[in-house]
Amino acid sequence: MSEKIKQEWFSNIRGDILSGIVVALALIPEAIAFSIIAGVDPMVGLYASFLIAVIISFAGGRPGMISAATGAMALVMAPLMKEHGLNYILAATILTGIIQVIFGVLKIAKLMRFIPRAVMIGFVNSLAILIFMAQVPYFLGISNLTYIFVAITLLIVYVLPRFIKAVPAPLIAIILLTAVSIYSGADLRTVGDLGNITQTLPSFFIPDVPFTFETLQIILPYSIALAIVGLLESLLTATIVDDMTGTESRKNRESRGQGIANIITGFFGGMAGCAMIGQSVINVKSGGRGRLSTLTAGLFLIFLIIVLGDLVVQIPMSVLVGIMIMVSIGTFDWSSFQYLYKAPKSDAIVMLVTVVIVVATHDLSKGVIAGVILSAVLFVAKISTIKVTAKDKNSGTLYEVDGQLFFASVEGFIDSFDFTVKNTNIIIDFSEAHIWDDSAVGAIDKVVLKYRENDNEVTIKGLDSASKRLVEKLAIYTQADPKLSTH
Amino acid sequence: MYKNILLAVDGSDHSLRATKEAVKIASLVGDCTIEVVYVVDYSKAKDEVIHSMGKEELELTRRKKVLPIEEHMKSKNITYNIKILRGEPGPSIVDYANKESFQLVIIGSRGLNTLQEMVLGSVSHKVVKRVKCPVLIVK
Repeated sequence: MSEKIKQEWFSNIRGDILSGIVVALALIPEAIAFSIIAGVDPMVGLYASFLIAVIISFAGGRPGMISAATGAMALVMAPLMKEHGLNYILAATILTGIIQVIFGVLKIAKLMRFIPRAVMIGFVNSLAILIFMAQVPYFLGISNLTYIFVAITLLIVYVLPRFIKAVPAPLIAIILLTAVSIYSGADLRTVGDLGNITQTLPSFFIPDVPFTFETLQIILPYSIALAIVGLLESLLTATIVDDMTGTESRKNRESRGQGIANIITGFFGGMAGCAMIGQSVINVKSGGRGRLSTLTAGLFLIFLIIVLGDLVVQIPMSVLVGIMIMVSIGTFDWSSFQYLYKAPKSDAIVMLVTVVIVVATHDLSKGVIAGVILSAVLFVAKISTIKVTAKDKNSGTLYEVDGQLFFASVEGFIDSFDFTVKNTNIIIDFSEAHIWDDSAVGAIDKVVLKYRENDNEVTIKGLDSASKRLVEKLAIYTQADPKLSTH
Repeated sequence: MYKNILLAVDGSDHSLRATKEAVKIASLVGDCTIEVVYVVDYSKAKDEVIHSMGKEELELTRRKKVLPIEEHMKSKNITYNIKILRGEPGPSIVDYANKESFQLVIIGSRGLNTLQEMVLGSVSHKVVKRVKCPVLIVK
């Protein structure tokens, strides 16, 4: 055990500390921007990023993954903030944590397998679209100077990494443009106009909400949505980090860890968060592998805020907007257009429906749930098409059945037979089919008995062993004087 | 002659052509080993994970890219190893080639990238510039 702890914490000390610092620098603008998306003070997102990163470094199941305040979670919380205020956000964060711990204990991570990739693609795309849409009010039609600052930020974040790799480009954009705006006295909205930065460590308090059933009714839907969205993004990120590092992670421990992090964060005035795809990729690329990198990111972030809080409030909003536009472009799955064209029609529809529902409701969890249900329905529809081909033989007709015979496909199955014939030999070949349930056996009974009514001889062949057992157990056509009504 | 050759592949037609040249050179020497290096690209990790159903499918798509190369080596009775690296393709190949002190590196002139440079792919370019041993670029 201690060997494992040593490996997860101290096998890559130098790389972890350096990458942790890089991530902390990249986290600050995002934590502030996501606070603004949620409608809370920047401190709520900054505290959340600090606390979640630190706690998850101990409690998480994927070393080297970065968790903090995220856009996905902020978007879900925004309406709750608007209607009920910060204390309800904190209460919802705690409840989210409790739900995630339960999910972790129940090993819900396994269910991730049931989320089709079309839904995943829809999830990241709609997240990107929502993050972009959240920026629009902060740059559209404010002033020409705003446009210029956004454009320069975008130029810096896309061009500079070609030349400077050690320092994250967004940070350079922030330092440079904040300095420009301070010294030129430019008339720009700053972070300070939207909230305060307090240069203190977070402290424990119980959210000031009435402990009533009514409160629960308000926060529970949000908490469920947050728990789902948080785990979805966290487990997706864990898989990406697994793939990048060629190592395994413990997904159920991660769900539990996310829960623990959110519970504690809620009690210390931070908003719910989850793993971040972009930051985790930055961490791995910068050489971060172990738990120490996540811990460093959290600690260095709060250190910077305590030391430099005065300057942080002077960051122009337009620079943050530029960085968030970059984040949304990076989040969007650009191969989706190719996917729409190449993937099966049903998958393309599921992806589009997921995106449309999220963009319409502004709730990622609704889109995911709708996408999963739709793809399940389409899957059943696809699998329930059963093919019966008739071949004329000199002594009668041979029907070859190809597909899955079960409650959803029995109608198509029965309709494919021609019952007008009399006095012939009918052979039904099930070599390419499988019998799943009672209704399937009932359908076979119906077909056989209908043929017998017209004095046809019916032979059933080619049933695989499982199908045969089911038919022998349930079918009545094998009995002496079968009547359909007994079924 | 060359005892250990690094062959960098990405599953493109160019890398298959490079394979054929590598095999020609290796078959001239008695006990030559070809190390086939495939890099899982960091910048594509997100896309690849989102577009696949689970780890098994990811591994399968990668195996499929190396498979024609393996088949060709097998058919010519060449001794080879497959090495999967993770990171940025250019630097990963360069580091590995220099660390393991290969005697020759063989790579296609360009790869799968859709954004094609005029003459030489960016990965091939980096490899030529920074690998310490001789490099064979196959057109």
